[in-house]
Amino acid sequence: MYVAVKGGERAIDNAHALLAEKRRGDTSVVELSVAQIREQLSLAVNRVMAEGSLFDPDLAALAIKQAQGDLIEAIFLIRAYRTTLPRFGSSRPIETGQMACTRRVSATFKDAPGGQVLGPTFDYTHRLLDFKLMADGEVPEAETAPPRTEPTPHIMDFLNTEGLIEEEEAHDDTPPDLTRVPLELPAERPLRLQSLTRGDEGFILGMAYSTQRGYARNHAFVGELRTGTVPVEMEIPELGFAIEIGEIEVSECETVNQFKGSKTEPPQFTRGYGLIFGQSERKAISMALVDRALRWKELGEDDVGAPAQNEEFVLYHADNIQATGFLEHIKLPHYVDFQAELELVRKMRAEAQTGLQEAAE
Amino acid sequence: MNDTARENDRKTWMSLLAKAPSGRLAALWSEAGYAPEHSFLRTPEQGAVMVQGRTGATGAPFNLGEMTVTRCAAKLADGTVGHGYVQGRDKAKAVTAALIDALMQTDQAPEVRAAILTPLAHEAQRAAEVKAAKAAATKVEFFTLVRGED
Repeated sequence: MYVAVKGGERAIDNAHALLAEKRRGDTSVVELSVAQIREQLSLAVNRVMAEGSLFDPDLAALAIKQAQGDLIEAIFLIRAYRTTLPRFGSSRPIETGQMACTRRVSATFKDAPGGQVLGPTFDYTHRLLDFKLMADGEVPEAETAPPRTEPTPHIMDFLNTEGLIEEEEAHDDTPPDLTRVPLELPAERPLRLQSLTRGDEGFILGMAYSTQRGYARNHAFVGELRTGTVPVEMEIPELGFAIEIGEIEVSECETVNQFKGSKTEPPQFTRGYGLIFGQSERKAISMALVDRALRWKELGEDDVGAPAQNEEFVLYHADNIQATGFLEHIKLPHYVDFQAELELVRKMRAEAQTGLQEAAE
Repeated sequence: MNDTARENDRKTWMSLLAKAPSGRLAALWSEAGYAPEHSFLRTPEQGAVMVQGRTGATGAPFNLGEMTVTRCAAKLADGTVGHGYVQGRDKAKAVTAALIDALMQTDQAPEVRAAILTPLAHEAQRAAEVKAAKAAATKVEFFTLVRGED
């Protein structure tokens, strides 16, 4: 029998009011503004934009404030908001070769044209707490040097003069979109990349790390890692030509992976690719490693049964909003389900005891 | 000016307006004091555009994620139509961009360009240069250590 119960409305209202008070914290401490979050917690903002799958720093900062800094909750808010927006269309693919780079490094090619530009990185810091930040710290202006005026070329173009690196086949087919059509397997590479770029950073990192530790090891070198801004161009139907509708910051990682050849492919370097909204290079590298692991079939490699090679496992568990939705729902009332289970266990217990008694007699 | 040059010119100013900082565009617009009579062909509307990337930077397109965009179409009293497509969710910015786009197709174009577009273009270029110069200062200069073998 299904028993509908009502109640809890007042408790819920009061819980929300308590949440608002908790969010604000001690009122003798100055309230955070959305602009402060956007400017001073920019890497959190970037993560919310990447996994919320919507580039809008102000909205991401608002979501972080509303979610009390719970980034998955903030991503949830952004995902919910984006469903309310009409879609005006799709951009042309962004040209990352035209990126105005703020950071660009290569682990494989020291003397690449354009050089190794470290940018605003945590690398080479000593990971010691900086107590100066507890006081109001004046920040010295960053140094400048004569800037490069021309675009920074992709390092892959220089590495491939001998033809030892797998070529990307360019075409302009309309890519599948998992926000419009539910994810179906097998997934082509464009669909996998969409899933990975909006996937949970921790999950993608864990999967990537598993390949490094030997579960479908793919011998990755970071061919190039770059962060910077690119313009976004879109065809405007009422104009009949394309204009730039904005500018976004992205991080891109291209890996070159040693590959001894397979039944179908000669020995060469194969490639993995990561592209993420914002400055988020941990995620960009992770994405490239997982992308490469998932490409085993098209490269004619063996399925060694590693988790990172299993696209069903990776793609169906990468989305933290789907995951947290299903996970957290189990804390909501399951009174009827549990009542049924309770009845069942009592019955089994009684039967088992009867069985024991009979055996003893 | 031939058609292609006109189209490229319009493309340039529309792109500039799309990326302009909201506050700065509003300030220049109000300083210039334009208030052209207009009606809307499309009232300002917030929406999203799906941004695409390419596999391996040069291969097949894939969907990277959306960005917020606000658009608007305005018609001046003389019938000139202007379009605004701007990044973000600022409706006032989209209206201003559409009106500037319309005015730029009238004989007021030189003044509008001088009062609004030229300053915006200079400021955008300056900001890009400062950013590039700060990045350039973090470029590694490798040097080879002399070995004490001889």
